Amino acid sequence: MDFSFTEEQQMLQDSVQKFVRENYDFDTRKTILASDRGFSDANWQLFAELGWLTVPFAEEDGGFGGSAVDLMVMMEELGKALVLEPFVPTAVLAGGLVAGLGTDSQKAELLPKIMAGELQLACAISEPESRYNLANVATTATVKGDHVVLDGNKVAVLNGANADQLLVVARSAGSRTDRDGISVFLVEGDADGIHRHAYRTIDGHMAANIQLQNVKIAADNCLGDAGKALQELEKVVDLATVAIAAEGVGILEALLQKTVEYCKTRKQFGVPIATFQALQHRMADMFIECQLARSIVMMAAMKLNSSADDREKSRSVSAAKSRLGKAIFAVGQEALQLHGGIGMTDELDVAHLFKRVTAIETQFGNTDFHTGRFARR
Amino acid sequence: MNADFTEDELAFQQEVRDFLESEFPADIRAKVDNNIRLGKDDIVRWQKILNDKGWMAPNWPVEYGGTGWTATQKHIFNQEMGRIGAPEPVPFGVKMVAPVILTYGTEDQKKRFLPDILESKAWWCQGYSEPNAGSDLASLKTTAVRDGDHYVVNGTKTWNTLGQYADWIFCLVRTDNTAKKQEGISFLLIDMKSPGITVNPIVLMDGSPEVNEVVFDNVQVPVDNLIGEENKGWTYAKVLLTHERTNIARVPYTKRRINELKTVAGKRDDGHGGKLADDPAFARKVAEMEIDLLALEYAELRTLAAVTVGKAPGPESSILKIVGTEVAQRADELFLEVAGYDALPFVPEQFEDGFNGEPLGEGYLASAALDYFNHRKVSIYGGSNEIQKNIICKAVLGL
Repeated sequence: MDFSFTEEQQMLQDSVQKFVRENYDFDTRKTILASDRGFSDANWQLFAELGWLTVPFAEEDGGFGGSAVDLMVMMEELGKALVLEPFVPTAVLAGGLVAGLGTDSQKAELLPKIMAGELQLACAISEPESRYNLANVATTATVKGDHVVLDGNKVAVLNGANADQLLVVARSAGSRTDRDGISVFLVEGDADGIHRHAYRTIDGHMAANIQLQNVKIAADNCLGDAGKALQELEKVVDLATVAIAAEGVGILEALLQKTVEYCKTRKQFGVPIATFQALQHRMADMFIECQLARSIVMMAAMKLNSSADDREKSRSVSAAKSRLGKAIFAVGQEALQLHGGIGMTDELDVAHLFKRVTAIETQFGNTDFHTGRFARR
Repeated sequence: MNADFTEDELAFQQEVRDFLESEFPADIRAKVDNNIRLGKDDIVRWQKILNDKGWMAPNWPVEYGGTGWTATQKHIFNQEMGRIGAPEPVPFGVKMVAPVILTYGTEDQKKRFLPDILESKAWWCQGYSEPNAGSDLASLKTTAVRDGDHYVVNGTKTWNTLGQYADWIFCLVRTDNTAKKQEGISFLLIDMKSPGITVNPIVLMDGSPEVNEVVFDNVQVPVDNLIGEENKGWTYAKVLLTHERTNIARVPYTKRRINELKTVAGKRDDGHGGKLADDPAFARKVAEMEIDLLALEYAELRTLAAVTVGKAPGPESSILKIVGTEVAQRADELFLEVAGYDALPFVPEQFEDGFNGEPLGEGYLASAALDYFNHRKVSIYGGSNEIQKNIICKAVLGL
């Protein structure tokens, strides 16, 4: 048992901390947020130069090592600064699917571009009626000669507005919730029959709902073997879940720290409000929630890196996301309450931290979903 | 960063398992499994077996009988003890007074007291709380007045656990009334057979004979029984509190409770033709509790890991006390829920050794209400959970 960071992890943490300190103060972030693409291409290039885009990939794929703990270390720091660049959609989710499912030639084509920061990707997974069940896929992939035709609707596609290419989860066989018959296809973002309805999510990130109507693609655009993608999809989504959970831990700690600082300076009735025990104990509760969330996300990251079986890994991820979700509501709401009215304003970072964790609570399955998944598995 | 055990640690885990399987006495194990209260003889017999193996006092320095285990080994040991329900040694001697004697006692005091603790020849109890000194412990009023080579002790201690069995009591007493309240306190060891000591049982709502009031009426205590310096007792007591936080979260114990809960819920009819364990609302509550316990377990492991690399357990460990007790109490609530009507009969004597009547209900379900009642204590004792929050506010958040 070893809970300390490796030298590489320490360097990674230092590197992200330095970046956000120098490039991501709240006003800079506001400017990035207001831009059309909702993130900075220059920052994305910097991510590539710093080697961050290699972190989710195995060494044999040319990556940094692909450890969930490395990702956790990075994401926590990115979270504290509310970094907007689409690291999880492109590098963790899409990159993970390519690395896990792709043939050698598909990997050789795509992975170097991802790691070099030359490609923006998005995974079109969820559908209007699927909620968080990854096996629930109504989008069809019909073979017509040497082509495949895709039809269906995808929602909440993260980075879906900006992606050059899409990875579309579709069903090539079986009925709606069968575990077999699910495939992942690589599709150009501007292919005929694709209608992207772009929007910003509640946390300011860019996303899209995507309609696929008679989208014709070459059959070899299927990642790996047709119909066998679900298990890998679940693994990749589990890893992405740990990544945003770690981001959430970073944000909750930022909320706690800002709340404590604020209460020490804000005076009412002639004294700092931090002197009121009714508020002190609520900050103690926030601290406890932060520590429990951090502990269980660490557990999930370590389990993903361990020799545990698939069941234990997915249970650990669900335990973490479920517990984090409770902490998100508890810490987020208390942070606003203790700030009072000023915490509700768009001007203060507190509201933006609150909005991002609220999005995290929903993404890849909310507290209820993951509690149920933990109980069932 | 990884949570895997090394080869050596796995071998150690096996060694502990083998030892417990063969040496934890079958009759005591049966009592634990059937929820029969262990008597003094049972406890002492088991502690002597642990001591024969050299595992009575894992936290002591090796030269005094400690094991020299790493933090991970201690964690494994606690985990395995909890898994089969083997009770930890009674804490008052080995975990509470001994570290104080080891740190602040004279060589003579170490020789006098430590071997008897290891060998379970002396049963210790605690004299801290008083009727008017609970969370504000430093306001205690029991006095010790120096008279030649003796102190004369007068006052009342309360919430004294298992003092009816005790040979010795360690007490915080006031030796200076003029100083600031924390600065006039001394740490005194008192023979329970001394004339002038009366032990009055306090009956709790679960009917258990567990706590007492101890009255001191002109009790003569040799000055040799003073630990360290006069009026420095508060410092010693605080050191005791910060250093003895191992296993405070009682994760293995609660894990065992939850496993038991799942087993009984699997057999229990839900009244609608199914079993309670399959009721989604119930299963959800159990899952939430298991998830909280996992978070707690890793919070504890992080605390242990910090100790391994040479840092003292910080005030962060107050979390372990708060969350550990809250999760344990939720398990009690769920037992109550599973038990249904079986929780209503009040027959505490059926959990005493040698009960000859016809038992009502079975095992842990029959005592669901009694356990629920009794365990309300855990968020109150050992520094109430509110006091733990004060510690977090002051020492961690700087409030």
